[in-house]
Amino acid sequence: MTRAGRVVLLVLGLGGLLALLAIAAADLPAFGSVHSAYAAFARHAAYADRHAANSVAAVVFDVRGLDTMIEEFILFAAATATALLLRSTREEDAERAEDHGEGDALKLFGIGGVGAVVVLGLYVVAHGYVSPGGGFQGGVVLATAAALVFLAGTYRAFRRVTPQSLLEGAESLGVLAWPALGVGTLASGSAFLANVLPPGSIGSLASAGTIPLLNAATGLAVASAFTLIGVEFLEELFAERARGEEGRS
Amino acid sequence: MSVYPYVIGIVVFGLGLGGIAVSRHLVHAIVCLNVAQTGTYVLLLAVGWRRHGTAPILGGVPKGSHQVDPVVQALTLTDIVVGITVSGLLLALAIQVHRRRGTMDPDELRALRG
Repeated sequence: MTRAGRVVLLVLGLGGLLALLAIAAADLPAFGSVHSAYAAFARHAAYADRHAANSVAAVVFDVRGLDTMIEEFILFAAATATALLLRSTREEDAERAEDHGEGDALKLFGIGGVGAVVVLGLYVVAHGYVSPGGGFQGGVVLATAAALVFLAGTYRAFRRVTPQSLLEGAESLGVLAWPALGVGTLASGSAFLANVLPPGSIGSLASAGTIPLLNAATGLAVASAFTLIGVEFLEELFAERARGEEGRS
Repeated sequence: MSVYPYVIGIVVFGLGLGGIAVSRHLVHAIVCLNVAQTGTYVLLLAVGWRRHGTAPILGGVPKGSHQVDPVVQALTLTDIVVGITVSGLLLALAIQVHRRRGTMDPDELRALRG
């Protein structure tokens, strides 16, 4: 198809779609006045039933647990496919781990920041079901700690703290914990991923039944998947640079 | 105007979709996909918002106050994280395309080539 033909098709299709969406939006309830029965149910399930103070975490890790498990599978498949694609054309030579010198200010900031970011990430993961946060957000914070090591230190130091085999193992463990717990709840005579553990006292770390387990597994999976994707792209960058230097010499 | 936030979400979605269709660079197309995704987040969160609502969390919130919808927030949350990993996968694909075909322009990727 020519470019002009595609634009015509786009204007027709997108125009029609947007017109339909605009008609639909006009019929939506006024902004700020939606009283969803599902939301009321989710809040009741979180606070009264599961004793989770954060109802978003209760929805993610319990009420819609099956959905989140499949999202975890997407995360796993995407991270694995990224690694496979980038590795397939990369020659594995060890002599590309050149160091890059950074300014002292960045180094100091990075060294001071790594510890704080790790603690913040662990805190956000651990308190995900009693306060804002959770495995997804905390996992991303933890992955930025690895990025800080790269910024502050050297590529070699970064690769020492992020061996691919460890990242792959951690990611698989975090994702596998979901179906494993699901099978466990089936074996105990409940539904798949049902919250079978005692709910504990609301607002404390020992609350919300199975939510802390799935929350921690998600934190592990997200942190290692993000770090793995970052590692693969950086490997690619340094392999490219090494190729460029070979070409010049 | 009470439907204004929904319209914002729809417009952002349309901008992203249009950007993908007229894109001349694969990385640009991937960023446009992210823009379209962001439109869905805006729409979802707009549907879940309640006037004078607070965060859907117990503790530190006055009793009896309204809370916004936790369900749409949960959907948005998982989608943001998964969307970023999918973007990583697409960027890896773009690198492979560039390596094998020497171009980042989708228009030059017409014929299938073994």
